[in-house]
Amino acid sequence: MVSETNNATLVYERPESLTEMPTFYCPGCTHGTAHRLVAEVLDEMGIRETTIGVAPVGCSVFAYNYFNHDYVEAAHGRAPAMATGIKRVLPKKMVYTYQGDGDLASIGMGEIMHAAARGENITVIYLNNAIYGMTGGQMSPTTLPNMKTTSTPLGRDVEVAGYPIRMAEIISNLDAVSYVVRRSLHNPANIRKTKKAVKTAFQTQASGMGFSMVEILSSCPTNWKLSPSKSLEFIEEQMIPVYPIADFKVNPEIKNIKG
Amino acid sequence: MPAKGWIEVNEKYCKGCELCIPACPQDVLAIDQQTITSKGYHPVNLTGPGCTGCAICAVVCPDAALTVYREAKVKKTQSVASPA
Ligand SMILES: Cc1ncc(C[n+]2csc(CCOP(=O)(O)OP(=O)(O)O)c2C)c(N)n1
Repeated sequence: MVSETNNATLVYERPESLTEMPTFYCPGCTHGTAHRLVAEVLDEMGIRETTIGVAPVGCSVFAYNYFNHDYVEAAHGRAPAMATGIKRVLPKKMVYTYQGDGDLASIGMGEIMHAAARGENITVIYLNNAIYGMTGGQMSPTTLPNMKTTSTPLGRDVEVAGYPIRMAEIISNLDAVSYVVRRSLHNPANIRKTKKAVKTAFQTQASGMGFSMVEILSSCPTNWKLSPSKSLEFIEEQMIPVYPIADFKVNPEIKNIKG
Repeated sequence: MPAKGWIEVNEKYCKGCELCIPACPQDVLAIDQQTITSKGYHPVNLTGPGCTGCAICAVVCPDAALTVYREAKVKKTQSVASPA
């Protein structure tokens, strides 16, 4: 072909699984990074046209505008229930939810626990930014002890407001789940590891092995009142000690998946 | 010789968040104070030579605003007549 006359190699371009619409996320918000990783994985697996996403309520409520594949919008916290129904009716589709910590660990606690306990063959992409982003930075179940939010202006007092909920650890204790890990988006190496985990989660579903969830530590520069790069430092220095990056449950069969 | 590369910044997406600037191993990215995007942000741009096309900027970009290229090694193969 004519490749020798064309001396530019394309190293990276915006994935096809994202639409052309710019996101409404604040500058530096890593919701966008997580979207990009999901989109890159769908592109690599060639499953964009057979994937159905379930959007949450929260900053990522408009996920259906940003992803270039089929999407539905769930009531607040109910994405795992909706995904359950879709996957049972359309078992050949790749079905995933994309949820924040307020959506998943607060109002949606019941739905996520039972979908996981049933071992539904769905994938959950769970973005933990330790805050309710969309509504103005109130405390969420995953807010760190002593962390200031608009509803805990003096810092989260664990005597009054309890302790952070570690969803990946809790879910991984359920018998029916196949793949539950935590990853983070605070630097390039961890972003790459997050992408790999997202791919493994989708492959787990594709192989019919049941419930998979990737908890992703994500930033909220606006509500944390930090610059985008300071927010990444916050993840590394403050969040990771509370939310360790680890594989909590990996079905031994997963290592037989190739690719 | 390190590979030669370059990036294209899509101003429709870049929000000037600056995350790519400290991530760049070659230190060749900076905010372009002379440009304002249609959304009102100063976008990032390449400040000069040195880019290797490593794409770490694209890995950290939350807005998928960057396209990364690398200069291909010119192949010595004979030109093949083929309908493009
Ligand atoms: C039934 C109902 N209750 C409360 C709300 C208000 N509300 C909107 S988003 C949200 C929490 C979002 O937080 P999170 O899931 O952490 O997502 P983020 O915005 O941080 O990405 C709440 C409580 C709502 N929209 N509907």
